[in-house]
Amino acid sequence: MSKIIKLRKGLDINLQGKATQSLVELPMAAEYAVSPLDFENVTPKLLVKVGDKVKAGEPLFFDKNNPRVLFTSPVSGTVSAVNRGEKRKVLNVTVAADATQEYAEFPALDLQKATRDEVVEMLLKSGLWTMILQRPYGIVANPADMPKAIFVSAFDSAPLAADMNFALKGEQQNLQKGIEVLSKLSGGKVHLSVKAAAEGEMTSLKGAEIHTFEGKHPVGCVGIQIHHIDPIAKGDIAWTVAIEDVAAIGRLFSTGKVDLRKVIALVGSEVEKPQYYRIISGAPISSIVAGNIKPQAEGDSVRIISGNVLTGKKVAADGFISATATQITVIPEGDKYEMLGWISPRLNKFSVSRSYFSWLCPKKEYKLDTNVNGGPRAFVVTGLFEEYLPMDIYPMYLFKAIMANDIDKMENLGIYEIVEEDVALCEFVDPSKTEIQQLVRDGINLMIKEC
Amino acid sequence: MKGLRNFVDNIKPTFTEGKLSFLASTFDAFETFLFVPNTTTKKGAHIRDCNDLKRTMTMVILALIPAFLFGCFNTGSQVGLEGVNALLYGLVRVLPMVAVSYIVGLGIEVAYAQIRKEEVAEGYLVTGLLIPMIMPVSTPLWMVALGVAFSVIFGKEVFGGTGMNIFNPALVARAFVFFAFTPQMSGEKVWFSDWKMMGAVDATTGATALEQLATNGQMQWSALDAFLGFIPGSFGETSTLCILLGGLFLLWTGVASWRTMLSVFVGGLSIGYLFQAVGLTDYPAYYHLLVGGFAFGAVFMATDPVTSAQTNLGKYIVGFMTGALAVMVRVVNPAYPEGMMLAILFMNALAPTVDYFVVEANINRRKSRVKTVK
Repeated sequence: MSKIIKLRKGLDINLQGKATQSLVELPMAAEYAVSPLDFENVTPKLLVKVGDKVKAGEPLFFDKNNPRVLFTSPVSGTVSAVNRGEKRKVLNVTVAADATQEYAEFPALDLQKATRDEVVEMLLKSGLWTMILQRPYGIVANPADMPKAIFVSAFDSAPLAADMNFALKGEQQNLQKGIEVLSKLSGGKVHLSVKAAAEGEMTSLKGAEIHTFEGKHPVGCVGIQIHHIDPIAKGDIAWTVAIEDVAAIGRLFSTGKVDLRKVIALVGSEVEKPQYYRIISGAPISSIVAGNIKPQAEGDSVRIISGNVLTGKKVAADGFISATATQITVIPEGDKYEMLGWISPRLNKFSVSRSYFSWLCPKKEYKLDTNVNGGPRAFVVTGLFEEYLPMDIYPMYLFKAIMANDIDKMENLGIYEIVEEDVALCEFVDPSKTEIQQLVRDGINLMIKEC
Repeated sequence: MKGLRNFVDNIKPTFTEGKLSFLASTFDAFETFLFVPNTTTKKGAHIRDCNDLKRTMTMVILALIPAFLFGCFNTGSQVGLEGVNALLYGLVRVLPMVAVSYIVGLGIEVAYAQIRKEEVAEGYLVTGLLIPMIMPVSTPLWMVALGVAFSVIFGKEVFGGTGMNIFNPALVARAFVFFAFTPQMSGEKVWFSDWKMMGAVDATTGATALEQLATNGQMQWSALDAFLGFIPGSFGETSTLCILLGGLFLLWTGVASWRTMLSVFVGGLSIGYLFQAVGLTDYPAYYHLLVGGFAFGAVFMATDPVTSAQTNLGKYIVGFMTGALAVMVRVVNPAYPEGMMLAILFMNALAPTVDYFVVEANINRRKSRVKTVK
């Protein structure tokens, strides 16, 4: 085993509602959704109409910018709706599931003999290609590229994150197969980053270079890991795949079927019984949270987040879990006024600042709501972001370069190395309440457009 | 609380869309002062740290209180009062100055926020208290008002408001008053209160400790008196002890950068000892930390996050140079014994350049890192 990479910077926000290690097998839900909005910079072009029959693994739409990239249905059934938002933008495509599932057949490939092109083709056709993301920018990878390496983070360090060792129990063979597929795709190595002192069998996976990380969030973010393993410079392309998606890719190559079952955690202070659920990707939120949300007092409401509290997406109770989520978090809405809150002791709120008292009780679990706790201001406090971004980057200068649309500076200051999740903690701690994740995405979009 | 909230909700439409909508920013400032707004996160991180700029600025104000109270006491004690009387005398004496500073300063800030249709930033809450504390106690109120107006408009708002300014606004006010009204702002009388009330007697006026050191190389007070603050000087700057108490609080809460604060003291001391060693001065170097505005500047001014260096390395460099420069001006320049104000303002101007080189070094390091890997 290689030496442990220790990160000093970061923050673990200790929230109420951690999942207990019990797993509920959910029955097939009525409807499943695939959303182009779960991916950055995808312009969907539909391949089906309402009423069409599809099998699991058959395409629903493709990306106009990259026509080889197909988005396929996670279940077999009938296309029930194409939901559109403003300017007829496609929000999602829903499929009403059949009682008995039929799968599109993909011919088994012998990985020893298959060419890289055949592997790429199989991933594209099955729709699992969309699980491969490209750095820089965090967009779906371009099949024409040859990445210098592929990076996989085997753990999630975000608040209340699912324990991936538990979620992927029994998937060892699929993971192994998945790693083999990735090795075939990578121009260089496949890097797998595991958490120091974690249980589980992932360290015994073959064909990947194992790195051990120790530290606080965002240590589990693959971008941070890349920075410490083999950083991305101008012109470099690396690919990243989430660990649960490695298992799904492995399953495809073992069985020839698109089988998008995965285990997710339902967590958060407003969940009655936080635990794990086995679902199929794109499942309706209601099928997961129904009956498991704490009753709210009058005037109170909850926010359901597809993903974690730092980077997830707000979803309606009748929405669907996003393709990339491995957890659903339910926390109270903070739409309440708080009298003289900024000068009160606020014993039940959390701050990294010692001007509050949360430093006194590091073990305390907090029930945090969605209140911004202040108004937007110009950057005033300095030296704070640096403490929560474990990279050799000056975050404040990078953010200011993005604000100024200065492409040269963005490039020099490290825009290629970050995506939203890497800087989510900066946004959390910022006393000036800047929307930093959106800022970073705007900066990335400008880079994509101009370069 | 409910009643107050209902009242605010009732009058809110008048300000947001009604007749008084030209006062929307003002209303918002008062509303957010009373109530943390009910805005929730829309995108990005769903939860946010409960720290905000109001809290941060409040911490600085809390840190200023020991020095402020001691300033009151010292003002009274310089005119022959003792105990509570001295404190009360000082409070009454300085209150008009504080009021003028806040009314003029906040008035301009609010007007600008209104024009820009932004929320009123909290920066002036601190600046407004700093300004009276670095003025001699007998500064005429109209001068304070002029200084404040100049500093808020030309020191801050022309650059874009709080967070965008290059120079520390409080020091801009001080410098403006000093250079515009030099005859009134120097000499021996200005450091003492001339109000006859509560049995105050005429102060035995004389040169400040700083001036005495500059001209004679010694002062009439002991180092302990200077440390405790029983010397004439600008209102809030005399007691190094009280300033250090505030400084500790700022460091503890993490509001001020220990890197800057420490480096200013180290910079001042090292140059002080150097001058002492070569015989330029014949008083101990640590005297510099006890007299004049050195300690106050190091703790409350040089650490201003907006105008100081923004990188950690830059903070060491700028801090050290600030301290060194302040002592250098004090010792080498015969005309003007106080160097702290000019040193900080000068380093405010230089800080972006220092940061520029620190960031360039980072860029080059990151570029060369690529070469070694490949």
